Amino acid sequence: MQTVALIDYGSGNLPSAEKALRKAAASLSAPTAVVVTDDPEVIARADRVVLPGVGAFAACMSALEARPGVIEAMGEAAAGRGAPFLGICVGMQLLATRGREFGYTNGLNWIEGDVRRLEPTDRNLKIPHMGWNGLDTTLGGDLGGPLFAGLNSGVHMYFTHSYVLVPERETDVAAWTDHGGAFAAAVVRGNIAGVQFHPEKSQGAGARLLGNFLNWRP
Amino acid sequence: MLKVRVIPCLDVRDGRVVKGVQFVSLRDAGDPVEQARAYDEAGADELMFLDITASHEGRAAILDVVARTAEVCFMPLSVGGGVRSVEDGRRLLRAGADKIAINTAAVENPDLIGACADAFGSQAVVVAIDAKRTVGDEGVAAGSGWRVFTYGGRRATGIDAVAYAAEAVRRGAGEILLTSMDRDGARTGYDLELLAAVNAAASVPVIASGGAGNAQHMIDAVKVGRADAVLAASIFHFGDLTVGETKAAMAAAGIPIRPVWAGGEADLPAAAGAGAKAFAR
Repeated sequence: MQTVALIDYGSGNLPSAEKALRKAAASLSAPTAVVVTDDPEVIARADRVVLPGVGAFAACMSALEARPGVIEAMGEAAAGRGAPFLGICVGMQLLATRGREFGYTNGLNWIEGDVRRLEPTDRNLKIPHMGWNGLDTTLGGDLGGPLFAGLNSGVHMYFTHSYVLVPERETDVAAWTDHGGAFAAAVVRGNIAGVQFHPEKSQGAGARLLGNFLNWRP
Repeated sequence: MLKVRVIPCLDVRDGRVVKGVQFVSLRDAGDPVEQARAYDEAGADELMFLDITASHEGRAAILDVVARTAEVCFMPLSVGGGVRSVEDGRRLLRAGADKIAINTAAVENPDLIGACADAFGSQAVVVAIDAKRTVGDEGVAAGSGWRVFTYGGRRATGIDAVAYAAEAVRRGAGEILLTSMDRDGARTGYDLELLAAVNAAASVPVIASGGAGNAQHMIDAVKVGRADAVLAASIFHFGDLTVGETKAAMAAAGIPIRPVWAGGEADLPAAAGAGAKAFAR
C-alpha cells in the first residue's frame, strides 16, 4: 500500500484535487491511499506528496507556515527520502525562491526562481490567463519522462492564474505554454515536480498526468 | 494559444435542472449530476451552475447538489445564485465549486467582490452582470447604453453596465459573466455591441451569455464581440446543438478551440509563431 499525502492547509482546490487523485488511484494496480492531512508525521512518512494551492502566493505561504512542522515534513519526504512531490498551481509557485506579488515573500526555494506577474506582449490578451491552453514543445522543454507519458505536445490543460514561476535554470522547465510569451507550465527537477495548470480540472489529460505521478519513480 | 471556452449552463431550481438536456443516454434529464457527467464526457470546457431556487430553505439544499455535481465534474465548475457573503462563497467552494458567481449582492455591496477575491483569489470570483439596453429611452443620461438589473432581472438599478464591469474588475473580479437580458431566451444571437463594449472596458475574461440560437451566434460573439467564452443553456438542453458540433463549427471558422482529448494530440500549428520566452529569464 502506498500513501499519498495531500497537504491540507486550507487551499480552495483541495476537494477537487482529492477526488481527482482518488479517481486516479483507483485505476492503479498498486493499492494507493490518498490521505488529506496537515500532520507532519504522516507527511514525512508518505510515499508521495501533493501540494495544492490557489489564490495569492503570500497567503498560501503563510497558511503553510502556520501549520507547525508541515514544511519541514515536506522537506523530509521530498529532499530527505526522495519521495515524488507534485505542486499544483500556487503549489508549484511555492517551490520558487520568492514571490513578487505584494512585495517579496520567501518560498520553499526548491526550484530557484521568482514568481512574477504574467505580462503578455499582446495587450489584448486577458489576465488572469484562464482556460484551456496547450503544452507546446516547440517553445522548449520535451514533455519527457514518465510524468508526461501519453501526453504529447499540444495537449490541453486548464489554467487559471495571473502569476508564473520563472526558474533561474531553463533546464528545470519540462513544459512551456504560450500566453503572449512562453511561461513555465511545468517544472521537474529530480523527484520535485510542479504544474501551473490544474490536472484535477483537465478531464482525461489531467487524469493521465495524475496517474503518471502516482506511478512515477524518479 | 488560449482556447475559447464553450460553457453549458445548468439552471437549477430546487435541485432540478429547469430545462433538461435531451441526451438519450440520460435516465433522468432533470438531475444536474447526470447532466454534468454528460457534458463532461461531451468535452465541455467548463460548467456554469446557476441556482434559481426562490426560497431560502431551498437554497440550503443546494450545497449537497453542488457537491454531487462536482463529484462527476472534471472540468471547472462555477456556481452562482444567492451568493450574498464571503461565507456563502466559502460554503460553495468547500462543496466543490471552483468559482463562485456573484450578481445582485455585488451590485448592492461592491465591497463583497474584493472581500471574496481576498479570501479565495480573483480566479475564483466571477461577477455576473445582467444588462439591458436602454439606448433611446427618454431621460436616460449619457453612458454606454446598457444598465445593470438585479434580482434575476426584476429590479432596475440605473447603473451603467460597462462602467460597472470595469469597477468589478478593479475590485478583484477574475471574470465577467455578461448576460444580455434583451437577448436571453430569444435565440437571436448575443448582443455583440454590449460584448464589445464590456470587453474593451474589462481586462479579465468575459463570458458571453444570452441569445445563443446557433453556432454562428457563438462565432460572432468571439469574432465581433471578442468574447473569451460562450455560454448557452437552451440550445444545448434541447439538443439543437451539441458541444461537439458547436466546437467543430467554431474551429471551421478559425476560432481556437480545444479538441476533446483522445489520448494524445498534436493540434498546434506546425510553425508556431509563439513569441520570445518573455518569462524565461
